[in-house]
Amino acid sequence: MLLQKKMIAGHFDRLANTAKTGEKAVYTFVPGNLNELIWAFDLLPVHPEINALQSAMRKQSGDYVLEAEKAGHSEDVCTYVKSDIGMMRKGNIGPTGQRLPEPSLLLLSYTGCFTFMKWFELLKQEYNCPVVMLHVPYQADGRITPEMRKYVVKQLKEVVIPKLEEISGKKYDEDKLRAMLASSARSEDDLVAVWDAAKQKPSPIDAYFGGVYYIGPIFTAFRGTKECESYYRTLRAEVEQRAKQGLGPVTPDGKVHQEKYRLVVEGPPNWTSFREFWEMFYAEGAVCVSSTYTRVGGLYEQGFRHDPEHPLESLADYCMGCYTNRNLPSRVDLIAKQIEDFQADGFVVNSIKSCNSFSAGQLLMMKEIEKRTGRAGGFIESDLVDPRYFSAANIKNRLESYFQMLEARS
Amino acid sequence: MTDPTTEIVEQCRVLYEDLSFTAVKQWKERTGGRAVGFMPVYAPRELIHAAGMLPVGIMGGGENLEIIKGDAYFQSYICHIPRSTIELGVTGRLDCLDGMLFPAICDVIRNLSGMWQMLFKDKLVRYLDFPQEFTAGIGGAFYRHELEGLLQQLSALSKVTVTPERLRQSIALYNENRRVIAKLYDTRAKTPEKVPTYELYLVMRASNVLPVEEHTALVERYLAAAAKRDRKPLDNARVVVTGAFCEQPPIALIRALEASGCYVVDDDWVLGARYLLGDVKLGDDPLTELANAYLGDTVETASRYEPRRKKGAFLIDSVKKYGAEGVVFCAPSFCDPALLERPMLVEALNKAGVPHTSFNYAENTSQYHVFKEQTGTFADSIKLWGAA
Amino acid sequence: MDAYVGIDLGSTTTKAVFLDEHEKLLGFGITNSRSDYDIACQIAREEAEINSRFAILRRELRSQVAGDGHEQLIAWLFQKYRLAQHSRQLEALAQACRKAVDLLPNAAHRPPTHAVLDQILTEMEREAVGLFTPGAVARSDFFRDVAASSFLHLAEKKAGDDAKLLDRLIGTYDKSILQVEAKSYTNAFADYIRFAADAVRRMPEFEAHGEAITRAVANTIAIEFRVLNTIGTGYGRQRLPFPKEQIRSEILCHGLGAHFMFPKTRTVLDIGGQDTKAIQVDENGIVTNFQMNDRCAAGCGRYLGYIADEMNVGLHELGPLAMKSRKQVKINSTCTVFAGAELRERLALGERREDMLAGLHRAIILRAMSLLARSGGVVSEFTFTGGVAKNQAATDALRKLIAENYGEMTINISPDSIFTGAIGAALFAKRDRKGDLIGVDLKALQKPVKPTAQEQR
Repeated sequence: MLLQKKMIAGHFDRLANTAKTGEKAVYTFVPGNLNELIWAFDLLPVHPEINALQSAMRKQSGDYVLEAEKAGHSEDVCTYVKSDIGMMRKGNIGPTGQRLPEPSLLLLSYTGCFTFMKWFELLKQEYNCPVVMLHVPYQADGRITPEMRKYVVKQLKEVVIPKLEEISGKKYDEDKLRAMLASSARSEDDLVAVWDAAKQKPSPIDAYFGGVYYIGPIFTAFRGTKECESYYRTLRAEVEQRAKQGLGPVTPDGKVHQEKYRLVVEGPPNWTSFREFWEMFYAEGAVCVSSTYTRVGGLYEQGFRHDPEHPLESLADYCMGCYTNRNLPSRVDLIAKQIEDFQADGFVVNSIKSCNSFSAGQLLMMKEIEKRTGRAGGFIESDLVDPRYFSAANIKNRLESYFQMLEARS
Repeated sequence: MTDPTTEIVEQCRVLYEDLSFTAVKQWKERTGGRAVGFMPVYAPRELIHAAGMLPVGIMGGGENLEIIKGDAYFQSYICHIPRSTIELGVTGRLDCLDGMLFPAICDVIRNLSGMWQMLFKDKLVRYLDFPQEFTAGIGGAFYRHELEGLLQQLSALSKVTVTPERLRQSIALYNENRRVIAKLYDTRAKTPEKVPTYELYLVMRASNVLPVEEHTALVERYLAAAAKRDRKPLDNARVVVTGAFCEQPPIALIRALEASGCYVVDDDWVLGARYLLGDVKLGDDPLTELANAYLGDTVETASRYEPRRKKGAFLIDSVKKYGAEGVVFCAPSFCDPALLERPMLVEALNKAGVPHTSFNYAENTSQYHVFKEQTGTFADSIKLWGAA
Repeated sequence: MDAYVGIDLGSTTTKAVFLDEHEKLLGFGITNSRSDYDIACQIAREEAEINSRFAILRRELRSQVAGDGHEQLIAWLFQKYRLAQHSRQLEALAQACRKAVDLLPNAAHRPPTHAVLDQILTEMEREAVGLFTPGAVARSDFFRDVAASSFLHLAEKKAGDDAKLLDRLIGTYDKSILQVEAKSYTNAFADYIRFAADAVRRMPEFEAHGEAITRAVANTIAIEFRVLNTIGTGYGRQRLPFPKEQIRSEILCHGLGAHFMFPKTRTVLDIGGQDTKAIQVDENGIVTNFQMNDRCAAGCGRYLGYIADEMNVGLHELGPLAMKSRKQVKINSTCTVFAGAELRERLALGERREDMLAGLHRAIILRAMSLLARSGGVVSEFTFTGGVAKNQAATDALRKLIAENYGEMTINISPDSIFTGAIGAALFAKRDRKGDLIGVDLKALQKPVKPTAQEQR
């Protein structure tokens, strides 16, 4: 945790100092991102989703959302976008209190979410900077075809890389990229081991609330870096140690609670009341043994690794493989498998108002998973970063009822 | 004297209101062919036609469908069209369709394709992933491959081998249809008093269920009939309506807009029928030609990335082309693409000095009073400014 | 007598149920929920105890009074009992009112206000006797409602054209009723029943039963309830002063309660004031799946209340009005905000109020149908509970839609359905009893109320 904090602080320091150092920032999105490629050009990645969720954890997103709504944005639409726009309008002060640099490029990696396009179109209007679109086809039939891969690779070669060369003034250095991809793969091995540890009873980790910390470095600006590798090596060792000692997850209260219910969670968490939300689980002895949100950046447990031997092809597969770029039947398969593999007692769907990519169809997915696994699903609703849409009493009521139902059924 | 368009409009109204798709069933009985549905914005209907099948536009259930089962599938913050579409599906009203195509519009419709895969396992279900990269060698190649795959599936479904010649014939028919529709829109813009928008809308909606040849003839008949009308133009405000490319507004809302003193001179309803602005070339490889047409001269809409021009340029062109005095944003509630697009269009319109107003609806909205007040005031203010 | 208690703290009413060792119902109690949850809870519990005692009293009298005579007798005893309780509350109200008038800022206002207040209070006391007779139509079971309607009516009459005086009177009442509501007046069973027994013994038609009454009343008073466990549930359950082990989700309680009332129940629908719940239970009444309405209260009981206000009719008139509908109107908005606008617009367009209301009821039931579908559908037998289950227009719409979508099946609606959650809680109290919880009860809540001057006489 401390390691991660240091990494983040270092990155934001670097971002804040771009005016002095002349380094350039590339804004891009988390799912299936091209982190290694950006770093290969010595450009600094910035992820607006992360800024939005950090703003929410610091209780600032509410104001930002209102600011964007004042500027004409509808109450109905994605609050990540609105929080970001609001933050920008209020001076673009990032999560560490330092000012974020303006983007030299908006790398619109269009993966698993249609709103991304609108988001960067909006930013383009604000910053008047270049945009490069990387269209990532959807796995509509649950697989990646050679043509899909070819399409993405071609875009990388003929559109994205030339643009990055232009912005950075540097030539594309494939060896540099390969080295980073090899490093990524090592971190990915370690992360998979961390997830696997939750198969043990009791689980040494909470793979949803704790999990969002574990995915921090690998899904953001650090994948492919030495710090990232050492973070995951340390994390894996810690988790494996806890597992050996038969310890449960660490919670914000520090206490290790008795593992009463093992759950799989579908959907992103709420960030504005993250801790309160988590407490509703651990206070009842509910441990999340796996989750889909922690696959939102990329999915490694089915064997995908960044591959230095096929750098662009593996970047393409990474883009196409992230969770929300998979069709609903594949998502059902994945959750059902997680429930079996992690011996979960049930699953909870946190349906997020902002995120149609996750939420549209979840009710049908739930039915299907219930049918397939025989485990009952719990259903709650909240939002990413809009505090108006987190009703603690309502969510607590449903969760309690759900946990008590699991207990009564067992 | 009876109104010359009455009979045609009445025919279209019956088609519009028929949520059992009788016309589709009759066509299937008559021809022994199959039918394939497609969701709004754009679908390459030429391929369905060339495979000997009837393309059927599915634009939700509109204002007349009571949602009994569909709400069970969607949270309250999701727009209305997927609910009514599911309702149509699970109540068997779409049983007459042998397949369903889901264009890449937004996350909701994309996920609806997955729901369809889960709910209707025995039907052809296909998601149409349109390229957002618009060069022939990259996006074009990808899209051509998509089209080829789609054509194979369609052809397997209908057991009709589609030769390039056959596909060219279909393309020619749709080119002709697009031309008469362009004429219909031009005529309305020139003489809105003769072509009321609710009539135009019904005529456009008929394209969803009629074979293309019949629809082309219908538009021509309508234009001839409307031309016979002897009406004087009113001092209405000429407006372009935008934002309703997917979930459609109820007819009553369109009528309320007109009754409040607006002449609609352009809109983005039933957009698929007008998505391609020019003819698709009848070249050697019709699939490449279809792909090129998609990459090239099309409308701009929220679900399509526009790398070259400034946001709103297309809308402002339309305002100029049709001599509009204002823009009415008329977007469905909870429609992410339309509502996120809106502030950008507003900025563009403000820069261009075009007045605008905006309104949200759902396809089954049944209150028009506020809307009418709002557009009425907007029309009045345009007239006042215009006079000043 | 050993007893298990279930308490359901709802948003509008608080319910309590007493159950015996064999899971047989002893009695129910209900009161209006109020800002002081503890008091609401205490009163409901005491009402349930009284109700349990009356059940015992009825059994006693049946064994001692030949023929059907005991029914009439128990009815009178009950009414006189209510009168005693009412009088004590009235007394407390009078005291509070007088104190409030003494504190009026302008001293000159005090004497004339006192004079009128005395007249009103005397009149209310007199009226009360007539209110509590078998067969009298009760305006409400709750003191607050009964007193308010009498007081306001009398105040208007006495104040005549003096609007300022009327204002003062109403202000006095509003302040005072809160004080009365902040205390329990139910926990003096012995006092009230003795008063009732005296009154009834004096009535000529029951002269012959004097001894039987005395014996039965004495036996009933002698019974002591030993509460072995209490479980709380409902909307406000987190605010109950219970340890965590003694709180259960209303979903579980509802499921079990419905199973208790109708053992073949597999699907339960509850439409309450604040939320709608669709619940699936197994053959033992254990919940296997459930869904609740999303975060807005659209389509719940509250929605009907809002519509009633919008149409300026009483909540209980909505159903009967809707039954008079001649054609079905489709209402699209169950959002409380939009429904009002839609309603006004359509009324302005000439739609009939009755038809609109029928459409509204259908809209509410359609929302419930969605929740039912999400929870796993409807499986026979189907039990419908909650305040909206009392509304025939709603139940008719439900029957029709259930039949159309799930086929014909048994639909259970109990007149006591409001107690479903409390029954489930009481059953959990019985089944979950653990040694260390014995004796943990509402002791903290049992603040005795001093007898009034009238009773001491």
